[in-house]
Amino acid sequence: MNRIQKCFEKTRAAGRPAFIAYLTMGYPNLAASEEAADTLLANGADILELGVPFSDPVADGAVIRTAAYAALEQGVTLADILALAGRLRAKHPDAPLVVFSYYNVIYSYGLEKFAADAEAAGVDAVLSVDLPLEERDELLEVLRPHGLTFVPLIAPTTSIERTIEAAKGLEDSFLYVITVKGITGARAELPPELKERLATIRAAVNMPIAAGFGISTKEQVKVIGEVADGFIVGSALVKMLAKDGKIHPEELSF
Amino acid sequence: MKKGHYGQYGGQYIAETLMTPLRELEAAYNEAKADPAFQAEFQEILRDYVGRESPLTYARRLSEHLGGARIVLKREDLNHTGAHKVNNTIGQALLARRMGKKRLIAETGAGMHGVATATVAALFGMPCEVYMGATDVARQAPNVARMQMLGATVHPIEEGSATLKDAMNEAIRDWITNCDDTFYVIGTVAGPHPYPTMVRDFQSVIGVEARRQMLEKYGKLPDQAIACVGGGSNAMGLFAGFIDDPGVKLVGVEAGGKGIATGEHAASICGGRVGVLHGSKTYLLQTDSGQILDTYSVSAGLDYPGVGPEHAYLADTGRAEYVPINDDEAIAAFDALCRFEGIIPALESSHALAEAIKRAPTLPKEAILLVNLSGRGDKDMDNVMEWKKRRI
Repeated sequence: MNRIQKCFEKTRAAGRPAFIAYLTMGYPNLAASEEAADTLLANGADILELGVPFSDPVADGAVIRTAAYAALEQGVTLADILALAGRLRAKHPDAPLVVFSYYNVIYSYGLEKFAADAEAAGVDAVLSVDLPLEERDELLEVLRPHGLTFVPLIAPTTSIERTIEAAKGLEDSFLYVITVKGITGARAELPPELKERLATIRAAVNMPIAAGFGISTKEQVKVIGEVADGFIVGSALVKMLAKDGKIHPEELSF
Repeated sequence: MKKGHYGQYGGQYIAETLMTPLRELEAAYNEAKADPAFQAEFQEILRDYVGRESPLTYARRLSEHLGGARIVLKREDLNHTGAHKVNNTIGQALLARRMGKKRLIAETGAGMHGVATATVAALFGMPCEVYMGATDVARQAPNVARMQMLGATVHPIEEGSATLKDAMNEAIRDWITNCDDTFYVIGTVAGPHPYPTMVRDFQSVIGVEARRQMLEKYGKLPDQAIACVGGGSNAMGLFAGFIDDPGVKLVGVEAGGKGIATGEHAASICGGRVGVLHGSKTYLLQTDSGQILDTYSVSAGLDYPGVGPEHAYLADTGRAEYVPINDDEAIAAFDALCRFEGIIPALESSHALAEAIKRAPTLPKEAILLVNLSGRGDKDMDNVMEWKKRRI
């Protein structure tokens, strides 16, 4: 069993959804990201997504875009982020670490070198927002020999047949179910049909499912927790960092 | 070849939310393509509204001055709206209507595609929103006014480099959010499959006409077919007519800006390396760590850090040759066409013309260089005047 599987086994046994935290690495700077990640993992976050900044973040809302541009201003690279992952791994031996990136940054790094370096850093999985089912094999072929898995994204437009297809062969990972048609960023209200959609997806696949995009409140998490194995919070955390560069655990209400 | 790919290039590197809309688009397009009624309506609008076919013009004085090959111009500048862009927007708007979409969105660089989209939106009675980099809004003011006059809303994008790529990012975000009722009219042979193929098909009218006109007028095919390449839609449209004629050399001209060596250019094939952006794997201008670079060209319409995936493929296979032309060479060609032929060309098209001007003297008089004059230069007046002032 890999760290992701063990993690969901643990949260399921505890009867709660896994809290998956997303941070744009290098925002407001690399040291602050490392401290924020550390704080989150020590204060209730079960899985960490290490967001890799990209110059053209087409799937992101204003909060994460602003953070990505600020990180790039400082010259943060994927190599820096893998090194940071390695340091987090040393301190948090059991926490699943997911590299969350647009594909070009990984492709440019060199696929084989990326897989080898990610493995050495103790990364567990990769998520690429622009690598759908049709294109992902190229990356999967290099990740697998290095013991890494891949997190598939499921959108509100994805049919259940396609969802099953996307889950195939990745049962050692989790499904990232996008809650809304749209880009990342907190929303006051999630779609009313979300709960039923999550329940349908969960019944159709043989792996944990986690809901992401737009989630920031305790109420939202409560609803999602009834029908999903995990929830992802990103923009709300990045917004917290925008204030004073720190994560304040007492302000996390999930 | 894998579906939707040209060799290793192309594909559908895009957010999962758009995969189902893309499948629907592909199915609708394939159906429309095979439907004689769709094709007949497309052809009718091209004839009665755009004013096709566009003529071939022999650039006699310019050719005689250069003293070599004859330069023949395919006059896409004479189309309604002043460029080749409208061929594609009519095709896509017809498809949008057929699919029951209620709203058109587009990205634009120089503004020609934005104007062409706003035009068909008015023609078909659909609301239209155009994303345009703030830098381009400033340097292409006449086209912004034209879009607004035609009833479109123009959104200036301040982010990133505030040019075409950032406009395209924002258009994709809009599409992700509103894919149910919105049709994204992409202006070039880029983006995820089926866009590169679909846009090429709609633009292939350029090459198909030109091939027939060459045979009618000159009794032979051109020795070389030359077109400028930003994303590459006018070039793919021209090349499509000659791709199966191995005797016709295909030449794509990229924006060399201040020179490839300076790093200030927009020549993705000549000066870039393979990566993934806006749905396609193709040649990109990027940093060593995979961040997309700001591009530079005197011509806003070529100012894009990527290139259509089919061009990447044609470059690798050697079927087409890609060369850069610098700003000053393009401006000199612009001047030459004004003075020798009484035609004010777009700065984009001036790049293709500049390459023909370079090649003509080295070739015999019997040779014919067919240049796609993809647009007219009215939009570039301020820009060229500014450029000249700075050079004095």
